[in-house]
Amino acid sequence: MTRFVLDPTGERTPPHREPLPRPATLAGQTIGLLDISKPRGDVFLDRLHELLTSSGATVLRFTKPTFTKPAPVDLRHEIATQCTMVIEALAD
Amino acid sequence: MTSPTAPTLPDGLVVVVKRECETCRMVAPLLADLGATVYTQDDPTFPTGCRSLHDSDLAISWHHDIETVPTLIRVVGGREVERTVGWLRDEWVRITGIAGLGADLPPFRPGCGSLSVDPDRVDALRALHDGGTLRSRHIELADLDDEMEAMFDRGYTDGLPVVPPTPERVLRMLQGTNRHPHDIVAIVPPDLVEVTVEKVAVNAVMAGCTPEYLPWVIAALESVCTDEFNIHGVLATTMPVGPVIVCNGPGTKAIGMNSEGNALGQGNRANLTIGRAVQLIIRNVGGGRPGEVDRATHGNPGKISFCFAEREHDSPFTSLAVSRGFDATANVVTVFAGEGPRCIVDQKVRSAPELANVFAACLRTLHNPKLVIAFDAILVVGPEHARVCADAGWDRERLLAELHARLQIPGSELVWGAGGIADGVPLHLSDVTLPKFRPDGILLVHAGGGAGLFSAMIGGWANGAMGSQPVSREVSP
Repeated sequence: MTRFVLDPTGERTPPHREPLPRPATLAGQTIGLLDISKPRGDVFLDRLHELLTSSGATVLRFTKPTFTKPAPVDLRHEIATQCTMVIEALAD
Repeated sequence: MTSPTAPTLPDGLVVVVKRECETCRMVAPLLADLGATVYTQDDPTFPTGCRSLHDSDLAISWHHDIETVPTLIRVVGGREVERTVGWLRDEWVRITGIAGLGADLPPFRPGCGSLSVDPDRVDALRALHDGGTLRSRHIELADLDDEMEAMFDRGYTDGLPVVPPTPERVLRMLQGTNRHPHDIVAIVPPDLVEVTVEKVAVNAVMAGCTPEYLPWVIAALESVCTDEFNIHGVLATTMPVGPVIVCNGPGTKAIGMNSEGNALGQGNRANLTIGRAVQLIIRNVGGGRPGEVDRATHGNPGKISFCFAEREHDSPFTSLAVSRGFDATANVVTVFAGEGPRCIVDQKVRSAPELANVFAACLRTLHNPKLVIAFDAILVVGPEHARVCADAGWDRERLLAELHARLQIPGSELVWGAGGIADGVPLHLSDVTLPKFRPDGILLVHAGGGAGLFSAMIGGWANGAMGSQPVSREVSP
């Protein structure tokens, strides 16, 4: 007799997704920098901001209200609709 | 949960019987004259003298809630309009419309239990007839698989064995709630996955719960999956905290929770498995696993389960739930992001002010004697310490006021570097007096055994909007 149990997980089986093609140049890209509000994340992002701007990219800055919680849906939507790439500064 | 494909009954009279039942055998000779459709549960040749249909998989009995045989039902237009169980001559005469039916039989004889409610069969029947309501993916076990090991191999456990969640067990667990299996209970961090009542039941089975614990698991899960409690942060922090679940109300006794000796320890099924079920859901549904999103430096043993009831019956204090605005008759869970308990010992104390002194001195050390305001605590007052308060006429409010008054600390003792300890508060606060706790930062609970002048304190994680707030919720069936 076949024995089975019920799957206790969230059954998240995301379909395989191909990463987007690597951009040939940063010039003309709109890059979001997401500060998760950990101390000194801004130091790292300020420097990135300079480097990216000098490479011809447009930089937009975003901040999570707190690093202890996931980014709010509205913020994720804002980044997704305004940016072609995003960089997240993770920790202090 | 009757299936939409439940078999319908033919119009007219329907009788369900089994040969094993003496009352069924007594009424059998009458059945031929009734023109009834007869379903027999056990022996397809019974009863003789009339054509009977064999309810071999007990589908008719299951879906039409036959609890006793014989059951006589009258069906009109495909719908049951009346029934009687056992042999009650007046009722049989009334329903059949046959005067003098069974005139030579005694007026009354009770029936027997239906095979469809036989405790040895009921779980399998529920899986057979109601199993279609379950939506969870089936995980097939190979013939040679050890089912307990299979659960470890797939990463479903917290490090201890779990009860394999078979459809039979999950369906039995679902009997513990009135909620539909497909109802969404919460969205579980960190993966933000919707969890259904059914999925809660699967994990409650694995944790070792009985069905009557399920509403408590659901209420606790709803509480931890709020923005205020912030289980995402509680999980991701490097601090050693997890959900501490304090249960209040008469239901705690009804499900056999422990609020007395060893209430915070091992040995009580409800205490241990309710908290464990919540943590298994965070792990399995939410995807929160140690080493992944759970970044705890040390963790604590309470992260397997930390759940206990308040000792309400002889407490000198109003209960935690009442203090948080609930009725004393309500069943309530309060979740708190806490570490393991530590003991407060004072066996000489005989006066309430002395008790407040030792509580305050110990609470002052929470996490670091120089860190203030940022962390809450549960203070679990043991019965012998509580008696000292009762003798002095101190209630909850008085004890808390006395503690807060003793926990006002000069900033000069707290600033960075003071006392040779690096951590603390910024130097500009050296002339300010600061409280160890915010005004509602001590949650008072009465629990423990009758002997021992001990209490316990449970330190919290970062409080406030960016950390975790205690959350209380009423348990509903």
